[in-house]
Amino acid sequence: MHPFTAALLGGALVGLSASLLLLLQGRIAGISGILGGLVPPTAGDADWRVAFVAGLLAAGAMATVAAPEAFDAAPLRTVGVTAVAGLLVGYGTRLGNGCTSGHGICGLTRLSVRSLASVATFMLAGGVTVFVVEHLLGGLR
Amino acid sequence: MKRVTAFFAGLLFGAGLLLGGMTQPSKVNGFLDVMGTWNPSLMFVMVGGIATHGALFRWVTRRPSPLLEPRFMIPTRKDIDAPLIVGAALFGVGWGLGGFCPGPGLVSVTQGGNALTFVGAMMLGMRLHSLRAR
Repeated sequence: MHPFTAALLGGALVGLSASLLLLLQGRIAGISGILGGLVPPTAGDADWRVAFVAGLLAAGAMATVAAPEAFDAAPLRTVGVTAVAGLLVGYGTRLGNGCTSGHGICGLTRLSVRSLASVATFMLAGGVTVFVVEHLLGGLR
Repeated sequence: MKRVTAFFAGLLFGAGLLLGGMTQPSKVNGFLDVMGTWNPSLMFVMVGGIATHGALFRWVTRRPSPLLEPRFMIPTRKDIDAPLIVGAALFGVGWGLGGFCPGPGLVSVTQGGNALTFVGAMMLGMRLHSLRAR
């Protein structure tokens, strides 16, 4: 399958999942929000979050067996750089109320002004970061 | 019931990210490397997601309420404040640095290695934010 076709179909599944969560629970499928609600968890609101995250993990575990090519064979960066990346993503998505799913897919679908501002900002910041890392710092691999 | 349906939604979401190529940090890196050998394929994940969700959103929200909860919880804020922009900027830097955003990080966690490091650090970052926000 052409990578563009696979990406389009993959995106369609993500959009379908977001619609399903909206239909069932009336909620936005924002991954950082769903996970963030578990750090720390609150009584009565944790079960469905744990279940959703378990679904994500199960999809990955199945792909490990059925479609290992869905993962990179070699790490993109050093462990240290990856840890800093995780800290920034965790803190930043909570501060900014969303990530690529909540703002990128769900927010842009609703034409939310906040999501548009968020997406423009994180795309720009991501692009500048990759430029610096790849073209000025040698890739940090 | 909610546990079963949420698990299924997560499974579907994860399958989409895997099929779309989002679980490959090298592709994310290529997508964000506009000044290098730009790989636009991940743009189509967003196109497919917005097209599908866009087609279904109106249909779903025409209902008076969702199936398993009393009401829809859809954000209504329109103000663009500093936390929104600063948070998005920090997220963007982290996304470019690691090649993972939250969903693909979680989907890849059973691979161990960098994905596991990323998710552990991400949850620590979320915890730091909740401590500060208290």
